[in-house]
Amino acid sequence: MSARIEKRFAELRARQRKGLIPFITAGDPLPDATVAIMHALVDEGADLIELGVPYSDPVADGPTIQHSSERAIARGVGIEKILGWVREFRERDAQTPIVLMGYLNPLEIYGYRRFASEARDAGVDGVLLVDLPVEESATIAELREAGLSQVFLVAPTTTEQRLAAIREQAQGFIYYVSFAGITGADQLDPVAVRQRVELIKQGSDIPVAVGFGVRDAASAVAVAERADAVVIGSALVAQIAKSTDSEAALAAVGGFLAPIRTALDSKSGPERRAAL
Amino acid sequence: MQAAIQVDDFHAYPDAQGRFGNFGGVFMPETLMPPLQELTAAYHQLREDPGFIAEFERDLKHYVGRPSPIYHAERLSRETGGAQILLKREDLNHTGAHKINNTIGQALVARRMGKRRIIAETGAGQHGVATATVCARFGLQCVVYMGAVDIERQKINVYRMKLLGAEVVPVVSGSQTLKDALNEAMRDWVTNVADTFYIIGTVAGPHPYPMMVRDFNAVVGREARAQMLAQFGRLPHVLTACVGGGSNAIGLFHAFLNDPEVAIVGAEAAGEGMASGRHAASLSAGRPGVLHGNRTYVLCDDHGQIIETHSISAGLDYPGVGPEHAFLKDSGRASYVGVTDEEAMSAFHLLARTEGILAALESSHAVAQAIKLAREMPKDQLILCNLSGRGDKDVHTIAAREGIAL
Repeated sequence: MSARIEKRFAELRARQRKGLIPFITAGDPLPDATVAIMHALVDEGADLIELGVPYSDPVADGPTIQHSSERAIARGVGIEKILGWVREFRERDAQTPIVLMGYLNPLEIYGYRRFASEARDAGVDGVLLVDLPVEESATIAELREAGLSQVFLVAPTTTEQRLAAIREQAQGFIYYVSFAGITGADQLDPVAVRQRVELIKQGSDIPVAVGFGVRDAASAVAVAERADAVVIGSALVAQIAKSTDSEAALAAVGGFLAPIRTALDSKSGPERRAAL
Repeated sequence: MQAAIQVDDFHAYPDAQGRFGNFGGVFMPETLMPPLQELTAAYHQLREDPGFIAEFERDLKHYVGRPSPIYHAERLSRETGGAQILLKREDLNHTGAHKINNTIGQALVARRMGKRRIIAETGAGQHGVATATVCARFGLQCVVYMGAVDIERQKINVYRMKLLGAEVVPVVSGSQTLKDALNEAMRDWVTNVADTFYIIGTVAGPHPYPMMVRDFNAVVGREARAQMLAQFGRLPHVLTACVGGGSNAIGLFHAFLNDPEVAIVGAEAAGEGMASGRHAASLSAGRPGVLHGNRTYVLCDDHGQIIETHSISAGLDYPGVGPEHAFLKDSGRASYVGVTDEEAMSAFHLLARTEGILAALESSHAVAQAIKLAREMPKDQLILCNLSGRGDKDVHTIAAREGIAL
């Protein structure tokens, strides 16, 4: 299990700070800008980075991430390049955890054993594989053995029985999918999210991050009430996608993430504790 | 490549995890796992339920028109000059293909589970038409996802679906063909999971679909096996069928899997030729990977990205294949070979002129393979070929290819 992810969530709890987890598709829109964007994300308040491994058939993703993946694939982005960027990022940042998020086939073809050792050596902390449910998690046993955390999704449809099995296997944190739907859709129901997050946390210490449908400061604050962190993907990817050069991409990251960080912080800390 | 697996009983698959040896399984987003498990539990009950089985068989007889005959294509066989070619006439089913066997079965399952909204993906449009048909009959809402490219080449089937009351949603992502229609149907399902039943049209997808779709199509092989014994006093020497996702093929093959004296050959779409790279022959040219919820042979690049496929026949234009076929290939029980667009076209014409049958372009691949096999076999041997669908839907494609404006 990744020490970096555990340490980061322990720090967040100690500081009573809500975690902010941006998702970007590796290599989109400009392959050369990925490492700079990752650093910018941290500078603007990211606590952990989800780096998307592009896949041709992303069945759980909406149009924004589909198109983002298509652009990255067209530019030849694959696991080898992505691990290179993680290695480069680690030269200047040894603290921020990185979780690679994507689908199984690119790893299956790369080879699990090879991926496990290369990803660990590059400085990857965990993987979130959308089409790898808890029943099939033995598929990536080699990754777990290499010390990479396996982050699982929990959905609104997840039964209590499944939740118990997921809690048992989950490492790092649990990613709660805030609604039954695809990434980037507009179906957020903060009350339902709060109830589900409370249920997930019953009898378990594992941190919970909430994602899908979080698009701005207001929605981030709304879902962060009981969660340890929020994930922002499609809305950020859409902002970055408009950029035609690295500078514009970095500016877009700052302009988008900073107000969300501020809003989350205003709801965290001692003030929030008093409110509880 | 691993050595051939030793298999004692091919009918014992899949196992409880939905695995056919190394293939199959359930590789799906968490949101869909609970409904898949609910479906698996419901289907396991229904497949043993005499009332359900009787309902299914009654519909196959009175609505679909089963059993479909085995027809001895004597003039085609004589023209070919080798073994006797027998055709299992699935083209004579209501809606013109084997697809209706499965859609009736799944619509009955949906009804028993209380789901009123049906979604489906379609390539050639045959599965879409078969789904729209049963939805009309059972009074269910029907939404069919279809690649924009396929909509263009299968206009007649698109209109048929609309006539039957279905909504046809064009899919413009990716290669705009069958695989993308499947992606979009899954996105719909993940969004509308509470009231929606997904009728997958082939023996792919996550467990229990490869098993369930096979079971509903296995009537083809069960009938054929009994018909062979009754009409010819023996089993065929060889079976052949076209393989895209592989539902008609598994439907024919399944009842014969434990008859080692019956050779089994699947015909994949070799498109413009295997060497051209423009084909859809996942078993012949692909590698094990994970696509659409199961581990199987897929056509992908070294980054694991699924490759765009090509076939003249929309129904074979798919970069994966049912996991049971992957298992049959690796176990050595069946072999899979490529048939090009050209060969399929020639077979289409030869069958039309010698037997008065217009075969679907998909099925024409199987006919082409039967002809190839027959030429190498003595005249007293029997080849049973699954004529999985009729060719009316392809008349425009064939005319266009030959430069004829209709």
